[in-house]
Amino acid sequence: MNLKNELRGYAKPVAESVLAILIGAFIGALVLWFSGYSPFEAYYWLIRGSLTSVDGIAETLAKSAPLILTAITFAIGARTGLFNIGAEGTVYFGAMAAIIVTQYLQNPIAGLLAGLLIGALWALPAAVLKVYRGVHEVISTIMFNWIAFFLVSWLAVSVYYNPKDPNSTLPIPPSARLPLLVKNTSLSWAFIVAILSAIIVFIVMWHTKLGYELRTSGQNPRAAEYGGINPKRSAIWSFVIGGMTAGLAGAGLVMGTPPSYAITQGLANVYGYGFDGIGVSLVGRNHPLGIIFAGILFGALSAGATAMQQHAHVPLEMIKVIEGIIIIAVAVPGLLDLFARLFRRGEA
Amino acid sequence: MNETMVISLLLGSLAAMVPIALTSIGAVISERAGVVNIGYEGILMFAAFFGAMFAELAGNGWVGILGGAFVGLLFGVLHGVLTVYLKGDHVIPGIGLNLLGYGAVAFGIRAYWGTAGQHQVPSNAQISPLWMDAFGNSLSPMVPITIAVAIIAWWVLFKTPFGLRIRAVGENPEAADALGINVELYRFTAVLIASALAGVAGAYLSVDWLGTVTKTIAAGRGFIALANMVFSGWNPLIALGGAFLFGFFDNFAIYIQNNPWLAGTIPWQFIATLPYVVTLIVVAGIIGRARPPKWDGRPYKRE
Repeated sequence: MNLKNELRGYAKPVAESVLAILIGAFIGALVLWFSGYSPFEAYYWLIRGSLTSVDGIAETLAKSAPLILTAITFAIGARTGLFNIGAEGTVYFGAMAAIIVTQYLQNPIAGLLAGLLIGALWALPAAVLKVYRGVHEVISTIMFNWIAFFLVSWLAVSVYYNPKDPNSTLPIPPSARLPLLVKNTSLSWAFIVAILSAIIVFIVMWHTKLGYELRTSGQNPRAAEYGGINPKRSAIWSFVIGGMTAGLAGAGLVMGTPPSYAITQGLANVYGYGFDGIGVSLVGRNHPLGIIFAGILFGALSAGATAMQQHAHVPLEMIKVIEGIIIIAVAVPGLLDLFARLFRRGEA
Repeated sequence: MNETMVISLLLGSLAAMVPIALTSIGAVISERAGVVNIGYEGILMFAAFFGAMFAELAGNGWVGILGGAFVGLLFGVLHGVLTVYLKGDHVIPGIGLNLLGYGAVAFGIRAYWGTAGQHQVPSNAQISPLWMDAFGNSLSPMVPITIAVAIIAWWVLFKTPFGLRIRAVGENPEAADALGINVELYRFTAVLIASALAGVAGAYLSVDWLGTVTKTIAAGRGFIALANMVFSGWNPLIALGGAFLFGFFDNFAIYIQNNPWLAGTIPWQFIATLPYVVTLIVVAGIIGRARPPKWDGRPYKRE
């Protein structure tokens, strides 16, 4: 009985996310058609490139790993009443920290811990500004993203550059790389790390006292305060845990992605995961388990994008257009009710 | 620093002031009416792209500015319907719009002009400056227009019945409703004005100031404008001054990068963070005494 109710509670948000995805795909098709491309050809290659072979599926899962982690950053924020969009800059720092630390400690655990730790540290300034100065986190985290971009660019170009390859930083030494799960693909232990992190966050948020405090602060800050929960402490923990997962995303990205195992010029290979994670989180309804599914969906979009560009000649940025539309559709309140009403009117 | 440098820094600051000022003045009007929109970055992106496209089709930069305003208006309708009429969350659609903006413009540059990441706007589609000197310093007609917009916005908000109603629906929609003011209509109108102004700002980036469309053309200005709005205490005239201040630091960073002695000492990337660091410091320092409109970001449902 209890389980049945719980499942019913999940059915509506899941249906609304699916509907939002369909709307994104449909409007995306219209944009393709208006831009002179064949939507059928584009979508055919999108699916073929991501889901119809072992390599494609491996690529999809590999792409999903950092997205799941950055989505969790946003989700923890949202669950605690914060719009933390600082995952983007934290990913750069996580990746850089992993590269720096593994130059000295040639061990994958050291690299992942470096990402985790720098993520927590880089989240603190925004947390302090929010809690003690009331600076809205949307503004501060965006500013910190830009600051991170320039600081990590400087480290990449001027300090930890690769003397043998001017287009990238020093690579992660072989002994500190995350082992591959499927040979000759990009699917590495980074994916396992992401899934385990999602599960740990789920347990912390729903089955510990800290998680209860965080969620109560988000749902009803005043009631939380009456109940003896310190909202400042909750906000700081929310930023710090979120920073850890985003830092981990960056570390996993350079430690688990062949062939370069480095940050490439202009931070090109670590750019955008934080922003995409916001979309993943919203489609996954800010729930760690929903995020795993949404992350794999977004992973498939980006894995298939290359095939779409190669064979249907559609610029791969098209995927971002679809993702943006999906998010706006997710933001429509009562999407399902709205659709139901529209159709009923049509019948009458 | 000699006289020409001072002039170039001043003119550069005025040029950089325009997009931030227009966007934050719009944001002030929208939030005074109680609607938060964090999607200005996306509107700037779209307007920069379509502004350049329209300007080139017409061979006239002003058509681009109007086109930008129109594109902004369309996104205003979207945001207004979602937040004012459907009572949705004010922040999430903005996040979606920002992501959409970055994706769509990168896609659009490739799909429409066939180049990757960047497109130069031909000079016949750019707005000609009011004044120009031999060193390449210039003054855009958009500078006096922006100053006028700030003064008009201030006057309308604080000295006219229309402005009073805008402020009333953001401060106390229940009382406004009781007085017979159509809360939803005033909120919606404020969102439209704000989005159209951001659209003008976006088109200004491509058809006037920068003369190019790039896939990161907004470069965080939509968010700096929001920070500047907070800094201004939701006042259009102070927002104009704040935008000039941010414009100054933006240019000061370029000035330092071009100064061989300073550039040799401090890495340019550090200097490039300056506008963002200053934004943070200013907002952190000012926030204690800034008070947003009481119903800012809260949907109003009639009982």
